[in-house]
Amino acid sequence: MNKFPELFNLPLAKYVDKAMDWLLIHWEGFFDFIGFIILKVVLLFEDLFLFVPWFVIILLIGYAGWKLVGSLKTGILFMVFMMIIGLFGYWDLAMQTLALVISSVILALVVGLPLGIVMARSDRAERIFKPALDAMQTMPSFVYLIPALMFFGMGKVPSMFATVIYAVPPVIRLTNVGIRTVDVESVEAAKAFGATKKQILFDVQLPLAKPSIMVGINQTTMMALSMVVIGSMIGAKGLGMEVLLAIGRIEVGRGFEAGISIVFMAVIIDRITHSFSVKKPKKQKKNEVTE
Amino acid sequence: MIDDTNTQIVIKDLWKVYGKDTKRIFQKNLINKSKEEIQNETGCIVGMRDINLEIKKGEFYILMGLSGSGKSTLIRALIRLVKTTKGSIEINGEDITKMSSDQMIQFRRKTFGMVFQSYGLLPHMSVLDNAAYGLKIRGVGKEERYKKAHEVLETVGLKGWEDYFPTSLSGGMQQRVGLARALANDPEILLMDEPFSGLDPLIRRQMQDELVELQSKLQKTIVFVTHDLHEALKLGDRIAILRNGEVVQVGTPEDIITHPADDYVQDFVQDASPAKVLTASSIMSDIPVITYAWEGPKTALTLMRGQKKRMGYVVDQNRKFLGVITAKELQRLLDSGEKYKSIPSSSIELVESVHPDVLIEDLFSVAPQNPYPIPVVDENDRLLGRISSDTIFDSISSNGGNNE
Repeated sequence: MNKFPELFNLPLAKYVDKAMDWLLIHWEGFFDFIGFIILKVVLLFEDLFLFVPWFVIILLIGYAGWKLVGSLKTGILFMVFMMIIGLFGYWDLAMQTLALVISSVILALVVGLPLGIVMARSDRAERIFKPALDAMQTMPSFVYLIPALMFFGMGKVPSMFATVIYAVPPVIRLTNVGIRTVDVESVEAAKAFGATKKQILFDVQLPLAKPSIMVGINQTTMMALSMVVIGSMIGAKGLGMEVLLAIGRIEVGRGFEAGISIVFMAVIIDRITHSFSVKKPKKQKKNEVTE
Repeated sequence: MIDDTNTQIVIKDLWKVYGKDTKRIFQKNLINKSKEEIQNETGCIVGMRDINLEIKKGEFYILMGLSGSGKSTLIRALIRLVKTTKGSIEINGEDITKMSSDQMIQFRRKTFGMVFQSYGLLPHMSVLDNAAYGLKIRGVGKEERYKKAHEVLETVGLKGWEDYFPTSLSGGMQQRVGLARALANDPEILLMDEPFSGLDPLIRRQMQDELVELQSKLQKTIVFVTHDLHEALKLGDRIAILRNGEVVQVGTPEDIITHPADDYVQDFVQDASPAKVLTASSIMSDIPVITYAWEGPKTALTLMRGQKKRMGYVVDQNRKFLGVITAKELQRLLDSGEKYKSIPSSSIELVESVHPDVLIEDLFSVAPQNPYPIPVVDENDRLLGRISSDTIFDSISSNGGNNE
C-alpha cells in the first residue's frame, strides 16, 4: 500500500521520444542547415586562433588586460597565465576551447539580443519568456546534451548547440531588464521630439541599457565556458576533453593541469568581458564644473 | 472673450481614466459621481475629468496643482505621451486624439518642444549632440543641425560647453541643455513639465528670469506645469489650477490672487505674497500737488501751501516728469530776491521713478533711496501718480483682495 500504484503512469518519455523522432525525420534539412552554420563559425575561429602565432595572441591578451581591465600588472598577469597554459602543453586545446566559447557567445548574442528587445517591448512576451528562461537556467546542463546529440550527432556542433541554449538566458534577461530600466524621461523626451520606435531603440534604449547588456554578455560568456567543458563529453575537443580523460584514467596530475588552465582562461575572459560593462570616465576638457 | 483666430490649443471635454474597460464610467449613473465613488464601484481611477481649456497663441500658460492633480497627465496628453479616454485636443485646428501614430510622430516633430523635470537628456551624447537631438530625429543633416545647436546653446548661455557630457554639468546647466534641445526645433509650442522643480532656489529664480526674457523675444506658446505658486504667478499670463484631475479656476495671476474661486485656491494663494503679483498701478494714488515748471516759484508755493504739502512733483508742458521740488527750496528762491519767471532746473531734485507695471516687490529697493513717495510714470515719462512707502507696506500686510 505504501508504493505509488504502478497502474497509473504517465509515459511522457515515450511522447518526447516520438516528438524527437518526428522532428528528426521532418526537419532534417533544417537541422543540417543549422549544424552547417555552427560548424562554419567554429572552424573559422579555430583556424584563426591556430593560425595566429602564439606569442601574438599572448601579447594581444596582455594588451587587453592592460588597456581594458585597467593596469599593466593585470596585463602581465594575463600573459603569465597564457604562458603557463602553453607550458602545460595545452595551447592548441585552449585555442579550440576559446574558439568554441567565442563562437557560442556570438550565436547566443545573435539569438539573445533580439529576444531581449522583444521581451522589453511587450509585456506579453515577457510573461511567456520569463518561465521559459527560468526553466532553462534551472535545468542541469547535461540535459541539453541529449537533444543536441540526437539532432547533430557527436562533435563540435552539438556541443555548441547545447552551449548556446545553456548560455543564452542571461543576455536575454539583462537586455530586457536594461531596456526596461532606462530613465523614463529620456524615452519620453525622444518620443516627444517625434522619434520613431526604431530611433528610440537605437538612440536611447540600447545605449542606456548598454552596461546592463554587457553584464549579460559577461555572464553568458562565463556560462558558455563552463558548458564548453561539459560539451567535451559529446566529443568537442578542448580543455574539457583533457579533464574528462584524466577522470577516466584517474590521472590526478593531468586533471589538475587541465583544470588550472580552464580556471586561467575563465579569469581572463571574465575580466575582459566585465570591463565592457563598467562605465569608463568620458572625455572631458576640465574636471571641475560649476554653475 | 477669446479671439478664435488667436486660439492655438482647444481642449474639450477631456477625460483620462486608468483601469480596465474605462468607457463604462461614462454611463449616466456613474459619470457624475466623485472620483472616490467611481474608484470604489469600478476600480477605475479618474486621472483627468472633463477638462475644457483654450490656450492662445503666444500665451504663457501655467498648469498648476499639487501632485496627483492631473497637471502632468494633461501636459503629456497634449503631445499624446498619454492616451486620453474621451474628449478632444485641437492644436492648430487638428484633433490630435484622432491622429494615427505616424501622423502623430510627424506632428510632434513640427509642432512641439518639450522640457522635462529631470531633464531627460541622453548621457551618452555630448551637450552638442543632445541639443541637436530633436533635429537628428527629424533627419536634418549633421552640419545644419550642429549649426543650429550651437546657436541655441549660445542663447541659453552654454557657449563653450558643447563637448561636455551632461553628467558633468550641474542641474541648472543640464536643464539649459534641455531647453536648448527644445528650442533647436523652433517649435510653435513649448511644453515644460516642472522644469525648474529640481533646481535649488537661487538657480531656479535665475532660470525663471531668463525664461521670461527669452519668452519676450521668442513669443512662443508655452504650457508650463508647476506646483509652485510663486513660479506660476511670476511667469504666467494665465493660470489654470487643477485639483483631483479637474480644473478649479482659470485666470490671470491677479484674478487668482484677488478672486480665488474656492477654498482650495484660497488655501493655495494664502501664503502668496501680493508683492510678487500686484503691480505699481494697483496701489498708485493721485498726485496731490503738481508743480508746473513754467510757472514762477510764487504760484508753485501758493499751490503747495494750499494743499498743506511740503513738496511737489514738477512736470513740463507735456506733463513729462522732471523731478520734485520742496517748499523750502521755493521759499529760498523767493527770498533770494531774484525774479524767476519759471522754476530753474537747478532747484529740481531728481528722484527715481517707476513704471506702472513694476511689481510691488521691486519697489522695496526703490523706496529707501527716495525720501518722497515714489512717482509713477508711463513709457513717455509722463507723470501718472505716486506711491508712498506706507501704501507699499499696507499692500503686503493686507491679505489678497482688499488692497485696491
